[in-house]
Amino acid sequence: MKPKVAFFDFTGCEGCQLDALNLDGEEVVDLLNAVDIVNFREVMTERSDNYDIAFIEGSISRESEIPRLQKIREQAKIVVALGACACIGGINCLKNHVPMEEALRIVYGENAKYYDTIPARPADAVVKVDYYVRGCPPVTAELVKVIKALLLGKSPDIPNYPVCVECKMAGNVCVFERGMTCLGPVTRAGCSAICVSSGQRCWGCRGLVDEPNIDSQKDILEKYGLTVEQVVEKFKLFNTYSEVGK
Amino acid sequence: MTEINIDVHQITRVEGHGNIVLNAKDGKIEELRWEIPESPRFFEVMFRGRSYEDVPLIASRICGICSISHTTCSIQATEAAFGIKPSEQTLLLRKLLYNAETLESHILHILFLATPDFLGVGSVFPLVETHKDVVLMALRLKKLAYNLAEALAGRKTHPISCIVGGFAKLPEIDALKALRKRIEEALVDLDTVVELFKTLSIPDFVRETEYISLKDPEEYAFISGDIASTDAGIEPASDYLTVTNEFCVPQSTAKYTKNKRDSYMVGALARFNNNYAQLLPRAQKAAEELGLSAPCHNPFMITVAQVVECIHVLENSINLIDQIVARGLEEEDNTVKVRAGRGIGAVEAPRGILFHDYTYDENGILTKANCVIPTNQNHNNIQKDMESLAPSIINRPEDEIRLTLEMLVRAYDPCISCSAHLLRVHFKK
Repeated sequence: MKPKVAFFDFTGCEGCQLDALNLDGEEVVDLLNAVDIVNFREVMTERSDNYDIAFIEGSISRESEIPRLQKIREQAKIVVALGACACIGGINCLKNHVPMEEALRIVYGENAKYYDTIPARPADAVVKVDYYVRGCPPVTAELVKVIKALLLGKSPDIPNYPVCVECKMAGNVCVFERGMTCLGPVTRAGCSAICVSSGQRCWGCRGLVDEPNIDSQKDILEKYGLTVEQVVEKFKLFNTYSEVGK
Repeated sequence: MTEINIDVHQITRVEGHGNIVLNAKDGKIEELRWEIPESPRFFEVMFRGRSYEDVPLIASRICGICSISHTTCSIQATEAAFGIKPSEQTLLLRKLLYNAETLESHILHILFLATPDFLGVGSVFPLVETHKDVVLMALRLKKLAYNLAEALAGRKTHPISCIVGGFAKLPEIDALKALRKRIEEALVDLDTVVELFKTLSIPDFVRETEYISLKDPEEYAFISGDIASTDAGIEPASDYLTVTNEFCVPQSTAKYTKNKRDSYMVGALARFNNNYAQLLPRAQKAAEELGLSAPCHNPFMITVAQVVECIHVLENSINLIDQIVARGLEEEDNTVKVRAGRGIGAVEAPRGILFHDYTYDENGILTKANCVIPTNQNHNNIQKDMESLAPSIINRPEDEIRLTLEMLVRAYDPCISCSAHLLRVHFKK
């Protein structure tokens, strides 16, 4: 029996699901030979409550989303958080810096009372999450790697070293040398430092490495005449939910 | 006594969440509602207090499908606020990047989301068995769009290199030349799509409405021009608030809009109706072959207009690459000089006209933001279309009514993640 895979979207842009479809033709055929996709609202009409592996996309930002996620956890053998919103809270948590009543008033004015909203949070703030496919958006190849590992009953091998390692390998000039802040020194690798390679800085969308070398990051800031506040401000973009971001 | 209770909760094959509720007794409709229960995102709140450097990056996350539209609109709003005029080189690259998204988003809708209805299946997955060539072609076209965006901006979903003032990194000319070749091959694929669409029967339903899009005297407008309405004529983009007139409704977390009539339409068909004369030759020919002529008042033809636009953006991309190759690319000074002020950006996202409106303080920190999303502008028109369509089909079997209403909503290719800032038909039991 092929394992049954389901995708569920919570609060987010649905870009992770879309990128999951960004496979070559033969890869799609291979994938469909290996698993049964039983739930994927964005592209299919059929729905099933019988599944083994559940991918969770988006952050949890409404009261009603909590029991929905709990039910999925009860049903699925394996729960995988897909993308920055599900893994670390992501961009949605930027609204948490403003009291919810005020956020509602700013967007909906006097109609605020119609809307259900709570501070945004990652999936593992609500249920146990078994695996994480990180990034905003996730790297499609990493998603495929995770699915393959799960099919083989193995634990997927995700880097636990900083983006700087991959950035050096890509041959990039250090972002700090260009006078900008960068979160590469404390952010988990696995993205091939794509943002720096594309002329930008690292924004930290894959979350912190397990034991970030904060002292080393501080040394770098001092060397380039930057302040902790400047870095924390950038860190908040994707990592508001983490201790450092709060 | 016959009773019809349709309750499509979270309609599928659309981006985001929406419901259709229809209750009828003895052929008389008692309740008919298009509901948007999408979780609100609060982007207007997220932007506040952020540096202009971060703003396009946040804007991109409004939508995974049209992240290039939101990023481009955001960049143009910020540039307007700071008084920055992008260079000719930047505009060429932006237009080419933009075409990648229009192509990808339209192909996703045409072949993955809409076509299964016409072929009588619930998703694209069974088509892997029955129509493998079509599925592989769709994946090939999507891949081309992804690769084009990767060459220009690092990636398609949440693009990286396009920034306020220009591009943080320029593409390789050789990569663009290689892509040009694949674009020519893609035009052949699009011929196949046109042939496929000639065989599908599009529901015959007509309801005239107001059609709103950008209009540029120079070209079929995607990232430039003024607001054109079939009822009201031309208005500058900076007057968008007098056109969109957003309001809240209880059944929706998305805001609704109206202008001269009860509702208006934006998107591929609105663009086609306003700008068809500026389509490039192969696109014009395809429109003729598919029986699409302006003005067209059948919303089910939106998907056909998207096919025509795919051909147009491919032709236009060849022209842009030729111009870029002829002039070459050079590093430009992207230094941004911030100033206090307000700026409005307007672009044609795949699903229609999109506005970002920002106010900055003298340090380049955003103090106020407003975004008006294409799908929001269509919600009201979807409701009015349903009210017009439902009575004419109410005596048909319930399954057929449900499917027809779902197909109507799907034709709009609604992007509800953006708009709540939808699709389920509830036949209520």
